[in-house]
Amino acid sequence: MTWIAINIPEIVSLLGHHAAIALPVIIISVMFSIPIGWVASRKRRLGRPLIAGLELLYAIPSLALFVLIPAIFGFGLRSNANILIVLVVYGVAVLVRSCAEAFDSVPADTRDAADACGFSLWRRFWAVDLPLSLPVCIAGIRVMAVSTISLVTVGSVIGIQSLGTLFTDGFQRGLMEEVVTGLVLTVAFALIVDLAIVAIGKLLTPWTRSR
Amino acid sequence: MLEGAFLWLADPANWGGNAGIWARLTQHVVFTMAVVVASAVIAIPLGIAIGHTKRFHALVTLASGAARAIPTLGLLTLLALMLGIGFQAPFIALMVLAFPPLLAGAYAGVESADPVTVDAARAIGMTEWQVVKSVEIPAALPVISAGIRSTVLQVAATATLAAYTSDIGLGRFVFAGMKTNHFEETIGGAILVMALTLFLDAIFKLIRRITETSMRKREGTIAHENQA
Repeated sequence: MTWIAINIPEIVSLLGHHAAIALPVIIISVMFSIPIGWVASRKRRLGRPLIAGLELLYAIPSLALFVLIPAIFGFGLRSNANILIVLVVYGVAVLVRSCAEAFDSVPADTRDAADACGFSLWRRFWAVDLPLSLPVCIAGIRVMAVSTISLVTVGSVIGIQSLGTLFTDGFQRGLMEEVVTGLVLTVAFALIVDLAIVAIGKLLTPWTRSR
Repeated sequence: MLEGAFLWLADPANWGGNAGIWARLTQHVVFTMAVVVASAVIAIPLGIAIGHTKRFHALVTLASGAARAIPTLGLLTLLALMLGIGFQAPFIALMVLAFPPLLAGAYAGVESADPVTVDAARAIGMTEWQVVKSVEIPAALPVISAGIRSTVLQVAATATLAAYTSDIGLGRFVFAGMKTNHFEETIGGAILVMALTLFLDAIFKLIRRITETSMRKREGTIAHENQA
């Protein structure tokens, strides 16, 4: 435990870096995926190939994208923009499918009823489609958030600071304690964010609580 | 930079030899397949057993939830510190990555078997083993094979990281290029891994299309016989 005791400020700072990458990625991915998922669910002919294409994107190794995206768009390999863009691409690739399925799960009768009551498309989205799809959507967001937090660590091999730095640094210096610290903190961080998303989900869907 | 990568890819000198692209590509594919097979021989029977007995299914939820949170790079470096820089560390780390989706696929597949059909099989006197073999496994096959497909893609993609600790696979180019500031090699390596995963995905789609058509044909003949 001596290594941990000496390096607490460094560990906290890496955790901060990790959160500063992961949390914006999770939020931005959600903001993109919900409208894309909604469109994909409404326009099947557009949605199916879109979802298939995004799934293919997910099959591309993250390390390859970390290297390719800056080469294509011309910004620094170690810039924050690089890791943010790559991880948002993955986040959206994972999440759009579950968001589309979530909107599919809204009962057609309920939607028709809203239409019959004269709801505009905009109002129906906010008052009917979005709330009713939230339980399924949140399940997808949890999966995306946990895998994003784990993926942030891959950035460390190209020199982006995060808890993953504890893996690369610990490996190079032969410090098992450092690597284990990184593993435990990454999993713990993922767990906390997961619990937070569950809690937010419960707040947003009070009608599911009675069960 | 991209141009340099394509020049690197186009240079025949980079393709041959023991550390050339062909050798690394073969290594990458063989390693991926070995990992998935090793994981599958444990995960799929276990998933079928859990799906059949309907016991311990918390294990499936736990495995798929917890394993997603474990960063492969962390596990890889930890194992490499314990086992050395051979192929064992990436092999085990990737097996851990491959296990949950295979387990979940087998479990969900067996679970998807129509309970009425399963009871009917028991009612006509099938043994439990026969129920598993002739009813549940055939019903589970589409889900199991979908699980294998996504697992192979995930392992092939993540196997790039194996080169961080061991002298294995296409990731070698990515890391070697980074270390020596030959970014055309890094990007070339990245393009190769990407091409490989897309190629594997295309093969799986092709296999699925072929089996689907043959299954539809078989179903067609059965329907025909029933009519007659």
